[in-house]
Amino acid sequence: MVSEAVNLEARAERAESRRGLLIGLPTYLYLILFFAIPLGIVVVYSFATRTRTGATALSDWNLDSWARVLDGTALQVSIRSLILAAITTILSLVLSYPFAYWIATRSARMRAFLLVLVMIPFWSNFLVRTYAMKFLMGSEGPLSLISQLLGGPPVRVLFTIWAVLIGLVYGYMPFMILPLYAALERMDWSLVEAARDLYASGWTAFRKVTLPLSMPGVVGGSVLVFIPTLGAYVTPAILGGGKSPLLGELIVSQFLQARNWPYGAALSVAVMAVMLAATVFYFRKGGRTL
Amino acid sequence: MNDGTAPRPLVDRLLAAHGWLVYLFFYAPIVVLTIFSFNDNSRVGVWTKPSLRWYGEMFRNDDIMRAIRSTLIVAAVSTIVSVVLGTAAAISMERFRFRGQRAMDGLLYLPIIIPDVTMAVMMLLFFVQAFDILGGLTGIRLNLGLGTISLAHIAFNISYVAVVVRARLAGMDPHLSEAAADLYATPWQTFRRVTLPLIMPGVAGGALLALTLSLDDVVVTSFVTGPGSTTLPVYVFGLVRREVSPLINAVSTAMLFASILLVGISLGFQRRSGARQGPSDEDEGDANDATTQVVGHLSRVGADSGGL
Amino acid sequence: MGERKGERLSRPAVELVGITKRFGEVVAVDDLELTIGDGEFFSLLGPSGCGKTTTLRMIAGFEYPTEGSLKIHGEEMGLRPPNERPVNTVFQSYALFPHMSVADNIAFGLQMRKVPSAEIESRVSRVLDQVQLRHRADAKPAQLSGGQRQRVALARALVNEPEVLLLDEPLGALDLKLRQNMQVELKELQNRVGITFIYVTHDQEEALTMSDRIGVMDDGRLLQVGTPEEIYERPRSRFVADFIGDINLITGTVSGPDRVRLANGQEIEVRSPGAAGADVTLALRPERLELYDLDEPMPDGHTKLRGKVIRRMYYGDAYFYDVEVGLDHPLEVKEENRPDVETYEMGEETVVCWDPAAVNVVTD
Repeated sequence: MVSEAVNLEARAERAESRRGLLIGLPTYLYLILFFAIPLGIVVVYSFATRTRTGATALSDWNLDSWARVLDGTALQVSIRSLILAAITTILSLVLSYPFAYWIATRSARMRAFLLVLVMIPFWSNFLVRTYAMKFLMGSEGPLSLISQLLGGPPVRVLFTIWAVLIGLVYGYMPFMILPLYAALERMDWSLVEAARDLYASGWTAFRKVTLPLSMPGVVGGSVLVFIPTLGAYVTPAILGGGKSPLLGELIVSQFLQARNWPYGAALSVAVMAVMLAATVFYFRKGGRTL
Repeated sequence: MNDGTAPRPLVDRLLAAHGWLVYLFFYAPIVVLTIFSFNDNSRVGVWTKPSLRWYGEMFRNDDIMRAIRSTLIVAAVSTIVSVVLGTAAAISMERFRFRGQRAMDGLLYLPIIIPDVTMAVMMLLFFVQAFDILGGLTGIRLNLGLGTISLAHIAFNISYVAVVVRARLAGMDPHLSEAAADLYATPWQTFRRVTLPLIMPGVAGGALLALTLSLDDVVVTSFVTGPGSTTLPVYVFGLVRREVSPLINAVSTAMLFASILLVGISLGFQRRSGARQGPSDEDEGDANDATTQVVGHLSRVGADSGGL
Repeated sequence: MGERKGERLSRPAVELVGITKRFGEVVAVDDLELTIGDGEFFSLLGPSGCGKTTTLRMIAGFEYPTEGSLKIHGEEMGLRPPNERPVNTVFQSYALFPHMSVADNIAFGLQMRKVPSAEIESRVSRVLDQVQLRHRADAKPAQLSGGQRQRVALARALVNEPEVLLLDEPLGALDLKLRQNMQVELKELQNRVGITFIYVTHDQEEALTMSDRIGVMDDGRLLQVGTPEEIYERPRSRFVADFIGDINLITGTVSGPDRVRLANGQEIEVRSPGAAGADVTLALRPERLELYDLDEPMPDGHTKLRGKVIRRMYYGDAYFYDVEVGLDHPLEVKEENRPDVETYEMGEETVVCWDPAAVNVVTD
């Protein structure tokens, strides 16, 4: 009787475990089939050969594509993309933080209202928002006409890197605002009060209490902006005119015009690896700041 | 927030000015676009008189109508499937422990981090290979089309749904499912009568997110699309790269307001199912919002765990 | 279930044999042996972390024992999940379903067991009256006060007429007055319905006033089981003596068949102190000690120790004195505040006097 009861707990735990696995199994299988395996295939392709006709030969494994990833053109493009992503992130942060702080310090009803106002552009179709920017900034667009009416030159910012920057900030700023707001809203404001009580000026209290405590929001927002911006394709395609290509454009062109799939695969893996590293780095840093 | 912590009057006014300027920045382009979509002139920047001319053109355009149909089909399919799979994964992750869970956790988060170009390349290569192998083994030749687009959308949507539902689950009192079991409910009954109603705002939020991502997607879709299966975003993208035209203005505005309407409906649904749980102790409005929960959760997950 | 319900209910309500629960390295419950009778109001009493809640959860089925056998009315529970056990639980945090009304919360268990809806209505109705919440039947838990939520939790469990009702510190969140009222109500309720109650608490007053029997636990082990009188008057271990009420603990050495020598050299009478030469700990309740003037006549056969009052505390209904008698600690004496009982001042010389029958020999 006693020995029968001995492994009760272990059996119960195993049954629970099995049930948990089963509930998620369809999902896990789906992701393995349609995500993990495709990822593997891309990695495999990066070692394949491009034939003269532009097809891919899954033999003659080599490191040519990877060598190209590290050479001049790709490197230039990568650096340009990194810098653009960094500037976009920093600019978004600088613009978003005061904004999020402002909303977080309003009354509850005002906050709800202001948040809805942020949500509307956030949830609006991304493509359309970017196009709206293009429409606004065009040399025949309304801004340009107003400028000309006032005696100035037509607006010629479109198809430059500046247009891309503005478009990226426009598109991704909500992703910076929301985590910042979430962090600020959750903060224990009585700590700020305590700092003020201990003779800290408003700015000092901000610097020493609010800013460090809102770090998770800063980290989260930065990741949510930097990552997609690094691999951005749609925004530069619409606003940049393709004159100085970025990573997204470079990769896509390998599958359209250039027909060099192994190289495209290698680039894709490289970009993903960098993003993974950036994410881990950001989170580790953000974690330690706490 | 009280007088002891509110910003000083001057700072407050500056913050407010900055705030409204940001709103201006956000809304000016889309407001202008909307206004000009009702412009009668075929020259884009010059306003003549209001008319519905371009909306009429839009409805008469077969390509556009076909693209809308495709978009809706893919969005509906991918949303429904990813919500079911994503919710199941969330429950599996939050309420149970099993071997290999950490690996699955990583796998669940990856699609969120991956850039969409990489995702697009992944799916294209996968389908090409799969069709190759399938064709070789069985002689059946499959093609890229609405099916592959849906499969790809589901693949990235699952993770977003899972994150939102997990956030909601984590906030739920774990004793509630114990109480249900104590009151003779089987695990399925517990899920249906207790867990599901309580995570419904999260499920709705996840569904909205999945729907929006599907309707927004350009790159992944364009890689795995086939002839005749173009979706509206891809179609519009093709037009938009080259030019600015009043027809595009009309289509864009229509898309814009469709997405706003969707958000309104979903937020309304979330509020109502959240309200059915009775007045909560937290603030009205923002605390329940799935979006804020997602991004908050994402930021905290990373910061708390100190790494992935 | 081959037997008829009447036969089953003549068995003890709960039998725990050799129950052990380990969480990794930590032993939460250590080789527990316990039999709880049918219709008893049984309390598991002990400090936080002593394993009482874990034991309760094992009876409910939320945890499974690492070792041992658990029977309810003679039936081995084994791996049976909570939804297949004839017990219901009142949780410490109440765990009311926030999205359901009070009436729906209460009806939940009946609905799960597919009781016909007419019967559900009448039973819920009756229970709502029993806990006086009929007027709030449609409210949501968030709209109720703490005391009301507690009653809903109780009603939700009772309406199912379980064989055993488990209560996990249900009154902890209530303020003092409400808690005292609820204690009386719960005891009366249990008397009326006759269901076995297993009540977990860390409040010894609660356990003493409400229980038919108490099981005192510490560090995963069941130290003593008995009626409140037994536990209080005749604690068998130092921990139990100390945990319940106030106690005087005196160390000494056995110096004869009925004698113990104390730290100050004095020898006193103690019934069956143990082996000669062994060290013993004696436990004495403050209210069994009396103070006398030096020249006052005292009962024969009573132990007498001289000392000086070094502290005096007034509690309204009683006086507590600390009297220094030359042992490692002063003795605490409780004297009722009555006109015929003399009071003593600080510094006064006095004699502490007690009946040897009041002395308990306790193990460590």
